[in-house]
Amino acid sequence: MSLSAEASQALESFEQARGWEQRARLLMQWGDRLEPLDDSDKTEANRVHGCESLVWLVAQQENGQWHFKAASDARLLRGLLALLLVRVQGLASDRLAALDLSAWFTQLGLERQLSPSRSNGLHAVLLKMAELVSNR
Amino acid sequence: MFQPSPWRADFPAIAALQRQHQTYLDSAATTQKPQALLDALSHYYGHGAANVHRAQHLPGALATQAFEGSRHKVAAWLNAADSRQIVFTHGATSALNLLAYGLEHRFEAGDEIAVSALEHHANLLPWQQLAHRRQLRLVILPVNDLGHVDLEQALQLIGPRTRLLAISQLSNVLGTWQPLAPLLAHARAQGALSVVDGAQGVVHSRHDVQQLDCDFYVFSSHKLYGPDGVGVLYGRQQALALLRHWQYGGEMVQLADYQDASFRPAPLGFEAGTPPIAGVIGLGATLDYLASLDANAVAAHEATLHQHLVRGLADREGVRLLGSPQVALASFVIDGVHNADIAHLLTEQGIAVRAGHHCAMPLLRHLGLDGAIRVSLGLYSDSDDLQRFFDALDQGLELLR
Repeated sequence: MSLSAEASQALESFEQARGWEQRARLLMQWGDRLEPLDDSDKTEANRVHGCESLVWLVAQQENGQWHFKAASDARLLRGLLALLLVRVQGLASDRLAALDLSAWFTQLGLERQLSPSRSNGLHAVLLKMAELVSNR
Repeated sequence: MFQPSPWRADFPAIAALQRQHQTYLDSAATTQKPQALLDALSHYYGHGAANVHRAQHLPGALATQAFEGSRHKVAAWLNAADSRQIVFTHGATSALNLLAYGLEHRFEAGDEIAVSALEHHANLLPWQQLAHRRQLRLVILPVNDLGHVDLEQALQLIGPRTRLLAISQLSNVLGTWQPLAPLLAHARAQGALSVVDGAQGVVHSRHDVQQLDCDFYVFSSHKLYGPDGVGVLYGRQQALALLRHWQYGGEMVQLADYQDASFRPAPLGFEAGTPPIAGVIGLGATLDYLASLDANAVAAHEATLHQHLVRGLADREGVRLLGSPQVALASFVIDGVHNADIAHLLTEQGIAVRAGHHCAMPLLRHLGLDGAIRVSLGLYSDSDDLQRFFDALDQGLELLR
């Protein structure tokens, strides 16, 4: 599947990252680029449970395309959310359903962040995203 | 100065973890296992598994002998007067649930159950749900800033309506010993039963249940260097006699007909179905191993490392300890830094610590926190483990700040 320009850029920078420190710095940079979420969207219904930090995920569908917004109070998780959104933004349901997101994070060298253990939020975010998309 | 653990080599997983560049500092969650336990499991499975208490054949007799041998070892470890006071369960959680169901008939609407504000969910939720079922009042004993149950308030709150006191011996979040002696004596004077959650306490010192004078004492094998899937419930003889049977099935029954049955007393009456045989045998082997160690040397080692941990944390800017930990573990938060971020960066550097609410959400909320990092020690931990943790913490903080 073809990558957006932003997703290609993310892939390139993470592929070049050497070591955990550089990856962490990149994650924080990407986190800073995450579009802020309005307080009115930070509702219980939009909460992603199963994370150790506060995470919200909002999904909207316009003309068959999905648009997501997300926020977290943890910095590195914000980076992971940004990397997730950059991959899924604007996709139609069928393409989203066919997308292998764990492969995407593996390409970025971040596969370990997908662990279903409680201390990590990304796994719960992906489950919530799948749930939001399949409900509509 | 380097402080080695003389027992480190007895735990093969520590070296294996180190080869994977992992520093294990999460022993309060579960511990690594001694070679003696691995040998016992392998011997049991390698020489012929059999069910216990049922068969007349030789493998069955040997398994039963080993299984009941473990019951004696647990009784000796806790200084219980009689091994029939030891019930094997599937964990501390299942032991506490057994109590909450087995004692349910003793409660009437309006009765009170007292628990401390620092309980692990395992020693809170069974009582909370019992309170819902029977319209009881759950009384929460407040905790002071140091992390101990406030004795003055607790003695006021435990009164003639209190039918049961359930309390941790050692906090899994704050690392603080609770003032059990005055609390248990007061509860008894008020006619209340007492339940001590020894899940953490049993690991960090030897306790004499007769001296403690509690009605019930509960712990989990896997936190005491034993296998998982095994819990222990000790009860005073008179207290065990109060329990109603709660799970029904094989071997807990005396006589069964289609419409009626009669049941065995403790311990077997509370061990319905096939018990975790290998696990119980393994726990016995672990206790043999632990009994062979110099208990004073272990305590001194743990105390020195713990001091090192607490000082190192206190020395770092912005680090706030939860309570005033006395042994085994320390939980902390860092001003202006999300604990999930620190946890993430420690994980990246191969430091295995626990982040989050530590199965004590109400306590964390009471402290105004939504999480904390916990570093916890085992007898195999050494000062290099702590140094690697501190280096990783410093590196992580530098990056985040």
